[in-house]
This record gives sequence, structure tokens and C-alpha cells, in this order.
Amino acid sequence: MEQTLELLSLSPPGWGANLLRGLVNSIQIALGAFGFGLIIGFFGAMGKLYGSPWVRDLLEVYTTVVRAVPELVLILILYYAGTDILNNIAGAFGRGPIQINGVAAGIWVLGIVQGAYATEILRGAIRAIPPGQTEAARAYGMPRDLMARRVTIPAMTAFAIPGLANLWLIATKDTALLAVVGFSELTLETRQAAQTTRAYFTFFLAAGFLYLMVTLFSGVIFGRIEKWARRGQPSHRSS
Amino acid sequence: MGTARAAVASQLMIRAMLIPRRLIMLGLFAAFVVWCVVTMDWSWLPRYAPLALSGLWVTIWLLVVTIILGFTLAVPLGLAQAIGPWYLAAPARAFCTVIRGTPLLLQIWLLYYGLGSLFPQFPWIRESELWPYLRQAWPYAVLSLTLSYAGYEGEVMRGAFASVQKGQIEAARAFGMPPRKIFFRIWLPQAIRSALPTLGGETILQLKATPLVATITIVELYAVAGRVRQDTFIIYEPLLLLAAGYLVIAGVITLGFRWIEGRGPNMSR
Repeated sequence: MEQTLELLSLSPPGWGANLLRGLVNSIQIALGAFGFGLIIGFFGAMGKLYGSPWVRDLLEVYTTVVRAVPELVLILILYYAGTDILNNIAGAFGRGPIQINGVAAGIWVLGIVQGAYATEILRGAIRAIPPGQTEAARAYGMPRDLMARRVTIPAMTAFAIPGLANLWLIATKDTALLAVVGFSELTLETRQAAQTTRAYFTFFLAAGFLYLMVTLFSGVIFGRIEKWARRGQPSHRSS
Repeated sequence: MGTARAAVASQLMIRAMLIPRRLIMLGLFAAFVVWCVVTMDWSWLPRYAPLALSGLWVTIWLLVVTIILGFTLAVPLGLAQAIGPWYLAAPARAFCTVIRGTPLLLQIWLLYYGLGSLFPQFPWIRESELWPYLRQAWPYAVLSLTLSYAGYEGEVMRGAFASVQKGQIEAARAFGMPPRKIFFRIWLPQAIRSALPTLGGETILQLKATPLVATITIVELYAVAGRVRQDTFIIYEPLLLLAAGYLVIAGVITLGFRWIEGRGPNMSR
């Protein structure tokens, strides 16, 4: 027990600081990827609902492929493709190969994966808005952008939150996959600590605990957001 | 009945693909494939084809075995959460939360490295009949993938058990069916039926989880592509082929589930 505490302590003989640094990296990547995915998802949903047939078909290909191919494979493809493209651009400007920031690469790669799921979630949420609300806005002569800002987005948030909460949890867990490509996020830091000290159980359980805390804490936060987004809506329970 | 519906559906699908826009897209896709075949380096393919086939076999074997085992575990997990007493419901819920709240990669490594480093410390395990198996990687892969599937599906089955209409159970009871028979003849089949669309999606998620066991030295489809990359420094070709392979398997799973859903009575109310 004492030994375990020593291993997990924050000061140098212990590896606690490494784990926490990994956790911070993981959360950074997850937040970035989730945000990037939301942006892709919003435009994707708009394209799928109101876009031209070409746009709709292309988006269908994007969401189908990303959701059917393992994240690990996509991460490798996007990682290599991203590095190659950036290096080609740098080469065109007469610069040497660029060292790519691990966090930025993780956000780029996971964001594209998240975008496919976010597209479907937001599309479903927009379609769940009672048509009378958008019709009323149109009848008042609201321009399209104002309608999106004042009616569509606020009304769809409540429907989208459960799916997005799930997606956020997937984002936090998918950051672990970046360990395979060698980013020093929580899972890789844990593995390094475990391999050095040979205390595999201690460290993997500790990391599992950290992930679980993130999950449970996010559950509370998303519960609050949903309550806020549903304000003013009739509840089935009380009626 | 089911086959007639399937025939109509496939006819509609073919007609949807024959719109000029889609034909152009198909043409572009075919051109891309031809471009890939002609300009990219596929010289490694004949040499690695046997390995790739065995990798494909390992992937499918892992998928089928862990889904069957995981689902058998998910049924009692779901049942305990849906109607079980608190001393069964609480552990089942805790198990599902832990499995769903931590990354699968971490679970795999915990079991493989953690248990793997713990077992040799006990002489009676080393002397047991199971030891030759416990020294290999695949029992840990099967165990972790099974537990993961059970954790996610336990949650799905909880909802499915709760969604079966009460009148059905009451009718069965009124017929004098014993509880065991009610469960296997009435409750479980209807719960599985209502969960089928979700289970189809979850099965694809399980397929997408199998590459993770490549990190504990299991040579499945993904590991083969990794080996090609390491040996020959060819990056994109094996990865593209790999992605195409997973797309095909996912497509087969989707069609399979659609076929199962098309059979039997239509449950949509």
C-alpha cells in the first residue's frame, strides 16, 4: 500500500505528475476534437438537410466511410496524409519538413472522425424540431441566418444533447487510441510508467480511475446542460 | 414475405444508384480505384496475401466469438438491471459504467500486462493445465473484447427488457407458463427483436474495436497492414486496402442484420 502511494505520488520518484500531464493532454485533445467535430457536424447536418444532391451524396459517403472503418486505421491514414500534405506545402514555400505538434495532430485526426458522428446527431436533432416553429419564423419573414441563430440552434440543442454527451465520452476514450501513434496522452504515459516500474496493475487501475472520473464528471455537466436546454419545454413526467 | 420485401428493397436500391449524378460518382470512384491500382505500389501484395488472409480469419473469429460470449453475458446483466433486486442490479450497473467509462485499449492492456504479470507469481497457476494458454495473448484479447461487448450490450438489453409490453408477460402468466418458459419463449425473443437495430450498430462498433488487440501481439487484419508498413515502408497502399476490407465486412454485417430484421413478424407499432 505504502509502495503504491509512493509510485503514484506527484514528486519525481512517483509517476503521479506524468499521469496528470497525460490527463491534461488527453482532455485538451478531446476538447479540441469535440469542438472541431461540432463545427464539421453543424455544416455537415446543414448540407445533408438543405444542400444540393451532390453535397448530400458526398456527405453520405463521408459519414458512412468514417463510421464503418476502425478509428485506428483512420487515425493512421489521416495522420500520414496530414503530415504529407503539410510537408508538401512547406516544401512549396521552400522550407524543410515540419515537426508537427502532437496535440494539433490529435485534434485534426479525431475531429474528422467526430465530425461524421456529429453530422448524424445534429441532423437528427434538427429534424426533431416541430416544423411549426421554423414555419412560424419563415412566416415572420426572418432571414435564414437569423432563423438559424434564433430558432433552429436553440430549439435543436435539447434534442442534440444526449447524443452529443455520448459523443464527448467517445472523444475522451478515443484519445487513448493516439497512444498507438505515439502521442504522450494518458494511456501512453501510463504504459511508460507501468513498464518502467513493472507495477502494471497499479498504474492501469489508476488511469482507469482517472478516465472514469472524467466520464462521471461529464455526466453531471451534461445533465445540467440538458436541463438548461430543455427549460420551458413541457416535461412528460409531471403531466 | 421477407424475401419479396427484400427483392423490392434491392430493386429500389439499384434504381437509386442509376440516377445520372450517382452514375458519375460511381464512375469517379471507379477511376480512383483504377488510378490506385495503376500508379500505386502493389508489388508487396502477393507476398503478404497468405498472411492477410489468416489475419482476416483471426479478425472474423475474434468478432464472432466475442459477440456470442459477450451477448450471453449481456442478457443476465441487462436482466439484473431491469428487474433484479438491488444486490444484483447495483454490481451490474457498476460493471457497465466502468466498462463504458474507460477506454478499451486501457482495459486490454490492464488484462494483458496486469494479469500477465500477476499470474506467474502463483506457482499453482504455473503448474495448472491452463498455463500454456494463459501465456499466449489471445485469451486476454477474447476476455477483454467479451467484457467490453457485454458492458455495452448489458445497457442495451436493460432497455430492451423494459420495453417489452407488460400485457405480453401477463398473458403468458395467464396461460400458466412457468417463469423459465415465459423468459425464453416470450420475454427474451421480444427483447432481442426490439434491440436488433441497436445490436447491428454495436456489432460494427465491435468490429472497429478488434484492431486494438494488435497492440498485444495478435496478428489480425490491422497487424498485417502494420507489418507491411514496417517491412517495406509502404504507407498508404496497405492502409487503403485495410480500410476497404473493413468497409466490406461492415457492409456484410449491415446486410446480415437487415436480413434477420426482415424475417419474422413486423414489430413496428
